[in-house]
Amino acid sequence: MKEQGTFRVKKGMAQMQKGGVIMDVTTPEQARIAEQAGAVAVMALERVPADIRAAGGVARMADPEIILKIMDAVTIPVMAKVRIGHFAEAQILEELGVDYIDESEVLTPADEQFHINKHPFKVPFVCGARDLGEALRRISEGAAMIRTKGEPGTGNVVEAVRHMRRVMEQIRQVVHTPDDELVVLAKEMGVSLELVKEVKREGRLPVVNFAAGGIASPADASLMMQLGSDGIFVGSGIFKSQNPQVMAGAIVKATLHYNDPAVLAEVSKGLGEAMRGLEISSLTQADRMQERGI
Amino acid sequence: MKIGVLSLQGAVSEHLDQLKRCGVEPAAVKRPGDLEGIAGLIIPGGESTTIGSLMEHFGLNEVIRERCRAGMAVFGTCAGMVLLAREILDGVKDQARLGLMDIKVRRNAFGRQKESFEAPVALKGFDSPVEGVFIRAPIITAAGSGVEVLAAREEGIVAARQGRLLTTSFHPELTGDLRLHLYFIRMCEAK
Repeated sequence: MKEQGTFRVKKGMAQMQKGGVIMDVTTPEQARIAEQAGAVAVMALERVPADIRAAGGVARMADPEIILKIMDAVTIPVMAKVRIGHFAEAQILEELGVDYIDESEVLTPADEQFHINKHPFKVPFVCGARDLGEALRRISEGAAMIRTKGEPGTGNVVEAVRHMRRVMEQIRQVVHTPDDELVVLAKEMGVSLELVKEVKREGRLPVVNFAAGGIASPADASLMMQLGSDGIFVGSGIFKSQNPQVMAGAIVKATLHYNDPAVLAEVSKGLGEAMRGLEISSLTQADRMQERGI
Repeated sequence: MKIGVLSLQGAVSEHLDQLKRCGVEPAAVKRPGDLEGIAGLIIPGGESTTIGSLMEHFGLNEVIRERCRAGMAVFGTCAGMVLLAREILDGVKDQARLGLMDIKVRRNAFGRQKESFEAPVALKGFDSPVEGVFIRAPIITAAGSGVEVLAAREEGIVAARQGRLLTTSFHPELTGDLRLHLYFIRMCEAK
């Protein structure tokens, strides 16, 4: 008597990641540095988002060989990305045994109309969202974890802040909406009334909600946690910084003691240069990853 | 009575909520000073490597060991089981831990996340099985003579007690069942 891949087990996996930092890595060496620094999981990639941006072209799922080498190198969970709507890539990652799949706007979308139906998979999925409607639509499709989209690979936290504030503001709005008006909100967001009622009852998203997309310093991590994130994804911010090992450890400690300025001041000292970063207004419309898959 | 939840990373709020439902005062423990006046401590599920290294860095390891010697009870779930173990299999090199319980624990004993599962667990002394939620769960492969086995599956031991130390491979904090938390509270109350 053993039931695998239940929603409770998939959602529970994300709950076990709360308060932690998930780091993008491209090699087994980087994965070991992340594990040693206290990462709760690593995201196995061929390129970090900043390099995907720079490379251009079509960005796809990473080579399984890279993912398997990273899985071999660490004892913590390993996540990997698939293109939005590309359920065949997801089937491959599930077969490989990755612990979590990120259906990610960082890669080039494979389907402009449909996200992956995530319910039949035993492996859990995380998806990006810019507002409550996007988050709840992804949860309806079976996502067991949500993260802000932010603007990946920029090292600029402004979009992640916008998305987290927006989700929180809309949750407060739902909580204060009378029951008989919820049906209109549900319709506007394109989700079931049941799900909106659950948000009202719990006063939060029904699954864990992390911050992602542009976090590049301990202070950024603290900011996102103070805005209500359950944890932090750092993409390019660690291995594009001058001293990845120190930066990784500092972001882990800042995520834990996010509301203690003394600890934040201490861990922010002498980190070397953070990643270079991009001003959002310098991006053309086509360069904005967050508008993919809404 | 005040019961603490080690609040470094993982399923912290779930345990705090569960304690509230049991009618005791929950306390988040982030620093050594937070252990003041606490009768018992829950070590939640999460990543054992992360929690272990943060415990060490922020000086909690030694204080928790001392408080245990003075009679504080501890309940470790999942990652908490790994952190309580005297010996860890499939861990990282020199993995930081409390090492309080005379058990040998294998990490991720059931495989990767897609192998995570739910199954009822029959616990010694309980009228009916509890819901077992096993997430990349560890297992006890060997236990010393002072350890009482509370539940086992064919793969190994999934719940055990040694004096004032209690541990489960699974996550009672992810279910509506309060019985294991109430059991731990009774352990904390006992002189």
